[in-house]
Amino acid sequence: MRANGTRPVFWAIVLVVVALLALTRVAHAASAPEIASAASAAASSAEAATPAVAFPPAPKLVAADYPSLRGVNSRVVVWLVAQLHLWFGAFVVAVPMFVLIIEAIGMWTRDERYDQMAYEFIKVTITAYSLTALLGGLLTFSLLLFYPHLFNYLAVIFKGSMFAYALLFFAESAVLYMYYYGWHWLQGGDRKWVHLTLGLLLNAVGLQLMFLANAWTTFMMSPAAVDAAGVFNGDTWAAIHNFLWNPINIHRAVANVAYGGSIVGAYAAFKFLSAASEKERAHYDWMGYNANFIAIAALLPLPFAGYYLTAEIYAYSQQMGITLMGGVFAWLFIIQAVLIGALFLSANYYLWCGMGRSDGACRYNPAIKYIAIVLVGAFLVWFTPHTLVLTNSELKDLGGPYHKYLGALGIMPAKNTAVNFLIVFTFMSFLFYRRSNKVATVPWAAAGNAAQVALFVAGLANIVVLGVYYGYFTNTVYKVAASVPQVLTTLVIIVASVVIDAFMYKGAREVAPLRWGRMPDRSQYALFLLAVAFTWLMGLMGYVRSGIRQHWHVSGIFRDASPDAFTPGLGYAASVVSVGTILFMAMVIFVFWLAAIGGRHPVVKGYWKVAA
Amino acid sequence: MIHFLKVVAFTLLVIAGFWGFSNFGIPQVKPEAPPNEGAVDLGAMTMEQFVALGAKTFNGKGTCTLCHNQMGRAPMLDKVGAVAEERLKDPRYKGGAKTVEEYLHESLVKPSAFVVAGFGKSGSNDTESPMPDVSGGGVGLTEPELKAVVAYLQDSSGAEVTVEIPKMEAAATAATPKAEEAAPLTKPDAIIAKLGCGACHAIAGQAGTIGPNLERVGARLNKEALRQAVLDPDAVVAKGFQPGMMPKNYGDQLKASELEILVDFMASSKR
Repeated sequence: MRANGTRPVFWAIVLVVVALLALTRVAHAASAPEIASAASAAASSAEAATPAVAFPPAPKLVAADYPSLRGVNSRVVVWLVAQLHLWFGAFVVAVPMFVLIIEAIGMWTRDERYDQMAYEFIKVTITAYSLTALLGGLLTFSLLLFYPHLFNYLAVIFKGSMFAYALLFFAESAVLYMYYYGWHWLQGGDRKWVHLTLGLLLNAVGLQLMFLANAWTTFMMSPAAVDAAGVFNGDTWAAIHNFLWNPINIHRAVANVAYGGSIVGAYAAFKFLSAASEKERAHYDWMGYNANFIAIAALLPLPFAGYYLTAEIYAYSQQMGITLMGGVFAWLFIIQAVLIGALFLSANYYLWCGMGRSDGACRYNPAIKYIAIVLVGAFLVWFTPHTLVLTNSELKDLGGPYHKYLGALGIMPAKNTAVNFLIVFTFMSFLFYRRSNKVATVPWAAAGNAAQVALFVAGLANIVVLGVYYGYFTNTVYKVAASVPQVLTTLVIIVASVVIDAFMYKGAREVAPLRWGRMPDRSQYALFLLAVAFTWLMGLMGYVRSGIRQHWHVSGIFRDASPDAFTPGLGYAASVVSVGTILFMAMVIFVFWLAAIGGRHPVVKGYWKVAA
Repeated sequence: MIHFLKVVAFTLLVIAGFWGFSNFGIPQVKPEAPPNEGAVDLGAMTMEQFVALGAKTFNGKGTCTLCHNQMGRAPMLDKVGAVAEERLKDPRYKGGAKTVEEYLHESLVKPSAFVVAGFGKSGSNDTESPMPDVSGGGVGLTEPELKAVVAYLQDSSGAEVTVEIPKMEAAATAATPKAEEAAPLTKPDAIIAKLGCGACHAIAGQAGTIGPNLERVGARLNKEALRQAVLDPDAVVAKGFQPGMMPKNYGDQLKASELEILVDFMASSKR
């Protein structure tokens, strides 16, 4: 890279920092009217925290306060629209993240294929972005129509950030269109740096939008700066920075990347299946591989982000935490186990199929069946419920609701151990795939391999010992204490192994080239399964995140008095999520189709009625 | 086009699989309805009924048993009446209560006044309780409900019940499970769930250990004895168990048909 090329990066960073600072100011300034109209310029932040205008308490509603439309279930409408908005929102926030990285990799390696792939990814995002905005508008109208008091209560508290959100949406649109439509215009020399800067700005604005929307959602779960009657007594920042805001921000940011990867993976899979030439097939195979890589890379840390979020929910309210994990939602996590099992198995299956691209992979084929056995075993442990549902006679035969041996697998330490095994062995699949076409030539290759084997064996043993000791030989309250060192062990295995591999395979000899496009059609269905399972899982977890508020619009301070205040059962929720997933997939197909016809330039004779 | 149709079919099949498992592969637990908020006639209540209201609040709206159970999340409260006086003298106690009743009330609204060793918030060195103020937030017990829970805790832990039933004026609102009282229940499982039998007894898939195991009770007792055991539990106490543990007001809580369904169910539990 050229030395003078760093200057635009510097200005880009300055620009982003200034933009972020300005946004913070906007959020604060927009809440100024209620803070203190008479406040002097020298007013301290302590003064600013004391509102001059009193906020109203949370309304106490009755069922008649909720408008209804004949034949329309207001909760299901809002639920579906919110979920569709969230799915598209997650996609359009995530894709620019890895598009930026892919574009940068293309610049770094000077490999134009990366640039083309990044462009194709962002092309798919454009239509999805419009749909996100339309669904956001529909959600706002739905809330205003069916839950006007709730919307009003939140709008009074968040009016500053809501205004900032609207402005940011304009900024997001402008930057996204400049980034997409300027892709070819801003090629070559320093112009490419300008384009990359736009990508960075696009991500900064996109994340800000997500963080603001998360603040409204998490305020409903863990309201801040309110008294017992729901009277708000802080400034906008206090409401935004509520207890669960950052845990949700982290969890959603990571999950969005994994989700975005899976959706573009499905796009690549479809294009692969319908490719008209070997060249096209090779291109979309390569694109699908990269999308799957992105999805898996973000999927691996996702359980940890989930643990952190759950721990914070417990820390905020033990009652809410137990409702989540031990109450009516306990069985939801068995469904989650099935979905995550499907995600891991399909991602691994795709990697194993991918090893067929190189003849050199046959060295690792014998190991695959053992990895598969471990993955299925870990999935089954995660899948094992603690309390069995039995008839009276079965219960008598078994001697209790817990199975004598399998009951031990139903508790969290066993499941923590299982998920760490899933992650470590998925990483092992990736490691084998990565080595499939190469042979290490460094003199210490044997020692390096031995070190990696020792690392895996010691790490896995540590995960088991931690899980068994803390899970079964200590006091109940310490049962989940092993989760943190288990996670750290997994991270050490992955990071140390990547470092060893990076040095060991530097300058490695290629023994059998990767033949892109040499993939069976069935492998592409693993990518579809990944996308569908992710979508369905997000819908399910959205239900439980919202459901743990139970009969509260805003936890503990603003009661839901609508006829739909009850918590829906799992089967009912699964039906709504399934309908939502089908709607989303139909819309995604529409988006893919638009992206496909947008790239077609058929040569026609004449123009309309002009004779050829 | 054929690939498109295949992908659509595959997608629908996957979604149907997830939907089917969620509907037929796991038990369909029906979440409880939100608690009703309505007036309750405290003036007409006996102390036994007031204690029963406390038990219902403790097991229901108060969500106390989410943590105060044998899972070890929070201390058991079966002896709290007896240990309350010791806690009042404990140097770690930082509340203002003078009596057992005041202590129990305080522990509901200011749980950090005394934190049982080992049950404090992580990193607080047992100075801060993870329990919320149950008079506010998501639980939101009213003053009469708080008093009823205190009466229940005193009663169930063998202490003298000193709580006075609040006057009607003070008892503006309290939880009344109207839906439950609307129609008699017809399924034994629902009746057992309503009374919370499984909290103490092994019965109908629940594994309580405080009271006698009722899984095969039909082989030991006839219907007459079972009816008596429900209505007057201290008349005959099973070997190895203490009298006074089981509430004596199930006769008030059960409708006649419900009592017979419950007795029939237990009488048929012989294997």
